[in-house]
Amino acid sequence: MIAMRALVNRGLSSPWGKPVWFILSCLPFLWLVFAALTDRLGANPAEALVRSTGDWTLRALCLVLAITPLRTVLCLTALARLRRMAGLFVYFYVVLHLLAYAWFDMGFEVADIARDIAKRPFILVGFSAFVLLTPLALTSFNRAIKALGGKRWQAMHRLVYAVAGLALLHFFWMRAGKNNFAEVAVYALILGILLGWRVQRRWSGAWRNYFGAAAVGGVGR
Amino acid sequence: MLIQSSSDGFKHPVSSEITPQSVYNRRRELLKGIAALTAGSGLASWAARDALAESAWGARPGKLAALNASLSKVEGAFTMDKVTPYKDASSYNNFYEFGTDKANPAANAHTLKTSPWSVEIEGMVKKPGKFALEDLLKLSPLEERIYRMRCVEGWSMVIPWVGYSLAELIRKVEPLGSAKYVEFVSLADPKTMPFVGSRVLDWPYVEGLRLDEAMHPLTLLGFGMYGEVLPNQSGAPVRLVVPWKYGFKSGKSIVKIRFTDKQPGTAWNKAAANEYGFYSNVNPNVDHPRWSQASERRIGDGGLFAKKTKTLMFNGYEAQVGQLYAGMDLKKFY
Repeated sequence: MIAMRALVNRGLSSPWGKPVWFILSCLPFLWLVFAALTDRLGANPAEALVRSTGDWTLRALCLVLAITPLRTVLCLTALARLRRMAGLFVYFYVVLHLLAYAWFDMGFEVADIARDIAKRPFILVGFSAFVLLTPLALTSFNRAIKALGGKRWQAMHRLVYAVAGLALLHFFWMRAGKNNFAEVAVYALILGILLGWRVQRRWSGAWRNYFGAAAVGGVGR
Repeated sequence: MLIQSSSDGFKHPVSSEITPQSVYNRRRELLKGIAALTAGSGLASWAARDALAESAWGARPGKLAALNASLSKVEGAFTMDKVTPYKDASSYNNFYEFGTDKANPAANAHTLKTSPWSVEIEGMVKKPGKFALEDLLKLSPLEERIYRMRCVEGWSMVIPWVGYSLAELIRKVEPLGSAKYVEFVSLADPKTMPFVGSRVLDWPYVEGLRLDEAMHPLTLLGFGMYGEVLPNQSGAPVRLVVPWKYGFKSGKSIVKIRFTDKQPGTAWNKAAANEYGFYSNVNPNVDHPRWSQASERRIGDGGLFAKKTKTLMFNGYEAQVGQLYAGMDLKKFY
């Protein structure tokens, strides 16, 4: 187990770690481009693109939120190096999702899009998630972290928890009309565990602090 | 010299504008040629019409048994829109008994047993009874009709159906004066339909029409499409096709038709009454709560970058069916 962990950590922190992660994260996008060009997206390729870019946004979001728990629980310290890229891939896929919607569903008619966002709560919720992600993507580089100061930067980046909730609500509403919640439940479970772990850790940290259990040390970070 | 008179003579600004005599002489030949061409294209359009009589949509897919039919004479039975490729129409379906994804029915519906099959007629009719499929097929001459099909989800197809007006069957069974509605019950067999029992909808799938809607000549009792019997995923062996309503109003794999005096509780209406009304007429002015119904994506037409097309009132069948809803508030009775 320990040997395995060392191996994974070494692999992740090797010079190949980031490029491999990058290529893996691009694969869904490359597949969609290939499938679109070779007519492999079924009878309604536009719908397939809008939906699958949405699916991949949710998956990327689960992945980035899994990094800290996995790092802490499994002691995979090298995962920390990949967090920024993983986060930016969430943004990459949400931009694709928004573009696919704006292009294939709305024909880039800005007035129609604005009306659609105002009129339909499920679009509004999805769009809000995109809007909230934008400052996070824009402040992902080192100088932005320095300029904001670590504390403020971190507080701001906690917005991703709100984004997770909004993304899930968006997906739930999308499926609500057909009472088809199996997939929604899977994402809800994953996000629930990932966010629940953070809440639990925070509470137990506070608990220990309350009793002045300084000896435990190094729990929170 | 702005005002010219005959004294100025026959003038041209440049000599090149003068038509050469050889060209002038060919003028007659040209006209003859045009005349011949027009006659030719006239013939061509005859030929095209002849070909239409054969098949308006090309060759039979050759997948299932042929189902011969003559062209329908019902008004509005032929749209001139381009027919959707069979491969799209038979692979992109909503048939929840076989799964909620649109690729599921084509993958799962092979288990459906369509023979023997019978349809039970019950309720407020003088002549209730059970019709074997073979007898239904012989009840009235089969007709081919090309209908637009608009799904409530915002996509549409153009499908050549084979069948006859449901009214033919209704007249045979003689509804009582008290009958106001017709209910259509689809097969719900958990052994052959893997998703019957899932909590998405109440099973069996029930749809319904007002009696006058059911009697409208455009309301089709369908047995085939593209010149062949229906593929299982499209509702074999017998289904309803109501072209001016959203697709889910057209029940598939029908086993029971019931005449009643009460508005039937229909499957989607029971699942989400605020989203799916009893009438569910195609209406670009009444949006679904979660999306606009003003436009639609025509499946298999122009690919990814094709623009959506505007949705028409009653799916373009307003001239034929509009009077059924005269004076009704279609925003309230959506």
